[in-house]
Amino acid sequence: MTRESKKIWKIYAVGMIWFFGLLWPLLGIRDDGTLAVVKALSVWFYVFAGTLIILVLYLLHRRGTLQWVTKPLSAARERTASAAGVLPVWFWIAVVFAGALIFPQITNRYAQDVAINVLVYICLGLGLNIVVGLAGMLDLGYIAFYGVGAYTYALLSIHYHVSFWLALPVAAVFACIAGCIIGYPTLRMRGDYLAIVTLGFGEIVRIILNNWMALTKGPNGLLGIAPPAIYMPEFSGGFGFEVLYLKKLTPLYYLILGLAVVTVISVHRLNYSRIGRAWEAIREDETAAELMGVNTFKLKLLAYAMGAVFGGLAGAFFAARMRFVSPESFTFIESAMVLSMVVLGGMGSIPGIILGTIALIVLPEVFREIELYRMLAFGAAMSIMMIFRPKGLIPAKRVGMRSDEKEAGVVLGTPAGVD
Amino acid sequence: MSSEPLLELTNVSSAYGRIQALKGISLQVRAGEIVCMIGANGAGKSTTLMTICGIVKCREGDIRYQGASIRDVIPAQLPPLGLCQVPEGRRIFPRLGVDDNLEMGAFFRRDADIQKDKEHVYSLFPVLRERRKQRGGTLSGGEQQMLAIGRALMSRPKLLLLDEPSLGLAPLFVKKIFEIIQEINQKDGTTILLVEQNANIALQTAERGYVLETGRITMEDKARDLLTNPRIRQAYLGE
Amino acid sequence: MEFFIQQLINGLTLGGIYALIALGYTMVYGIIQLINFAHGEFFAAGGYMGVILLSYLASKGLMQTHPWICLGGSLVLAMTYCAFLAMAVEKVAYKPLRYASRLSILLSALGMSIFLQNGLMLTQGVYDKPYPSIFSQGGFEMGLIRVSYLQILIVAVTVVLLIGLNFLVYKSRIGKAMRATAQDKVMSALVGINSDRIISATFAIGAGLAAAAGIIMGLYYGSVRYDMGFLPGIKAFAAAVLGGIGNITGAMIGGLIIGMVEIFGAGYISGQYKDVFAFIILIAVLYFMPTGIMGENVDDTRV
Repeated sequence: MTRESKKIWKIYAVGMIWFFGLLWPLLGIRDDGTLAVVKALSVWFYVFAGTLIILVLYLLHRRGTLQWVTKPLSAARERTASAAGVLPVWFWIAVVFAGALIFPQITNRYAQDVAINVLVYICLGLGLNIVVGLAGMLDLGYIAFYGVGAYTYALLSIHYHVSFWLALPVAAVFACIAGCIIGYPTLRMRGDYLAIVTLGFGEIVRIILNNWMALTKGPNGLLGIAPPAIYMPEFSGGFGFEVLYLKKLTPLYYLILGLAVVTVISVHRLNYSRIGRAWEAIREDETAAELMGVNTFKLKLLAYAMGAVFGGLAGAFFAARMRFVSPESFTFIESAMVLSMVVLGGMGSIPGIILGTIALIVLPEVFREIELYRMLAFGAAMSIMMIFRPKGLIPAKRVGMRSDEKEAGVVLGTPAGVD
Repeated sequence: MSSEPLLELTNVSSAYGRIQALKGISLQVRAGEIVCMIGANGAGKSTTLMTICGIVKCREGDIRYQGASIRDVIPAQLPPLGLCQVPEGRRIFPRLGVDDNLEMGAFFRRDADIQKDKEHVYSLFPVLRERRKQRGGTLSGGEQQMLAIGRALMSRPKLLLLDEPSLGLAPLFVKKIFEIIQEINQKDGTTILLVEQNANIALQTAERGYVLETGRITMEDKARDLLTNPRIRQAYLGE
Repeated sequence: MEFFIQQLINGLTLGGIYALIALGYTMVYGIIQLINFAHGEFFAAGGYMGVILLSYLASKGLMQTHPWICLGGSLVLAMTYCAFLAMAVEKVAYKPLRYASRLSILLSALGMSIFLQNGLMLTQGVYDKPYPSIFSQGGFEMGLIRVSYLQILIVAVTVVLLIGLNFLVYKSRIGKAMRATAQDKVMSALVGINSDRIISATFAIGAGLAAAAGIIMGLYYGSVRYDMGFLPGIKAFAAAVLGGIGNITGAMIGGLIIGMVEIFGAGYISGQYKDVFAFIILIAVLYFMPTGIMGENVDDTRV
């Protein structure tokens, strides 16, 4: 065993002991006066086994022992990548889109329900991506716009019987206004403060929704929201129109699919537009961008408001689909989940975010037993990803270094002797 | 006495972020000497000291102190070995008192002589004693420089690295500081490596000198010979 | 008038809790410029450890005979536990990102916050866990003002901890080293201060104080919950910013102010929106006076 691997084993052993020491008091000191070790040991053992396997694999990989597996694997990956590259990108997009179109025809209700969820979160993730991935601002209260959109449609539908289609732009406008109100004071702050202030605003919105009984009925929520209605031409007994309510899953699926496609196209166009380029400049080095004449404040506000708009649209759909809204759906946990989808998938990367969303929603559905540990895994995954793969599952293609990454490298130089 | 130099850099290259600052410099400092390094702004003088101390990573070459390599050492491990730097701009802890600043210089020490050493510093710099409870950031430039040197002395250094001690100081202060530098070297036997833009006073104080130009050592000689060297006089001594 | 004084006492108590939590935020931000989102979970973990230990001791009958010793012992043990917890989190989730972008470490902190909160939920359940009521009984009255012995205890413990911290930070060797590292990280390395150890110590101390606050919270409000760290965490951070981030005295004063504002706001303006006041202060401070009341204490050097 080399000296370095001995060091790693030592750190690992110490770490496992610490972990047990921290875990046991929570599980082992019981109210009835007994001191149990069993439960703590069993949890500890699972973690120990899992991390041990990973560590051994990692060490073997480093020593080169696993090459008989990794070499053919990476060769295969390269071959598929080049094979896929033969056909242009739009072909593959068309394939995916076609798959999405026929999806509801070949799957059951449960799968459609999950798919609708995924699509809603894709819209949210892409909207947040405008703020976080394109403009580089950490927003922890994004779900507030989702809530504004949802409640806007809810109130319009219940009190004024406004149709979904008319309410959609109104919801977008209200969300945009909310974005401007929140953005105006906060966008001048530096990054970490921005994060916590947006968190605060998100909470304020939730608290208002929860307490303004007259408007929102508080925690009871708003019932009786009308689903989207479309007029279908009807030919029995003369020409007329029949109202068709989109209550079933399949039409709702297509509706949200349409919304998601619109979002994807918009975000993609934005990314490669002049505005997107300005956002990238801000993201990479805000001071330099200012010096180049970029009006950073207006652009940041624009990013924030646009992200809000997409959130609001998704919110309106959510209200129309569930036909019931309550403040419980708009908590910080939701904001954190959307953020983790963006971050884990790859900030600024549309395919990455789609993949991240699918992974984070479908996996817990598939492995139902781990539902309990879903958020636990989220949290751990976030930290792990930041340490090992900060660019996400599918990194964004345009990779300029963030200005604070460059800064961080200079702060202490790159230090000698990291222990 | 060992013939090995106290500090030796061999072909050291280092980079600051993405800028290649030092390109293969080699120098030696023998025990008991005062050696200076002169050069223009941006030549890499501060980077040299920061590389020695491990703040800037040494990409190539080796740095040996007391015969052992300190290339990959953590910066905080050097003062216990007797290697201490007074960096550019003094960098005293602004919201700590004068007395506390000195204490921090002796942070790694566990022996009983700390108080005695503090008294010694106060006797070297009486004005600091008057201000001992004052916050470091409220001192004048000259007083801060004294405090910075005093703080370094608290570590009982064998090798003292000084980065532009004359920067921003009135000429009278500069003279005083350099007198003290010589005193430290002669009385306590402390080896000194100082980098300076003010080539005049540096070459007058030191025994040997190196000339640094855009990351490379272009000249090395006895200080008094550099003082009379026409090229040096033209470039650095304002003639 | 009595109402006012009563609110004053209540505000003092709550303010003390927020001050203890705010200290951890401010010390960590001062030294590595990180908003430790997981700090609220140290607060919650402390509260849980307190009730776990007290319940255990109660079942052993020790609470009947020596309730105050049990409380004291549990306090010390819970603070120690959270100190170790914080050091572990720092080593695992923050240290590897020491030279990464600010966004990365913030997200890692967020991840740790979610992880710890859910860890508490999975190990201790989703329901409130009640504290023994033995401590909350008794008090005395002055006219219409009621002061419970518990409130006096809380204020006393808070004062003791704050004085202790003050002594540690301003008079002790390690406290000065912490401040030096916060003011100039590079220079502190150059004088021989091992920043890794100092950073660990900072986390440990901050978490210990938060743990004490957690136990106090549990005693005062009667129970703890796995998500109790979320709102107090944000409010305490607001307090830290109000006082001047990195500034220890500022955090103490900020905490008291936020506590007072919350209690008075709830009493005189609106009980339902009491949580909003702290956020409003946070936003207002960051907009109008970002350096806070007493000034920041962070590394403002440029290499």
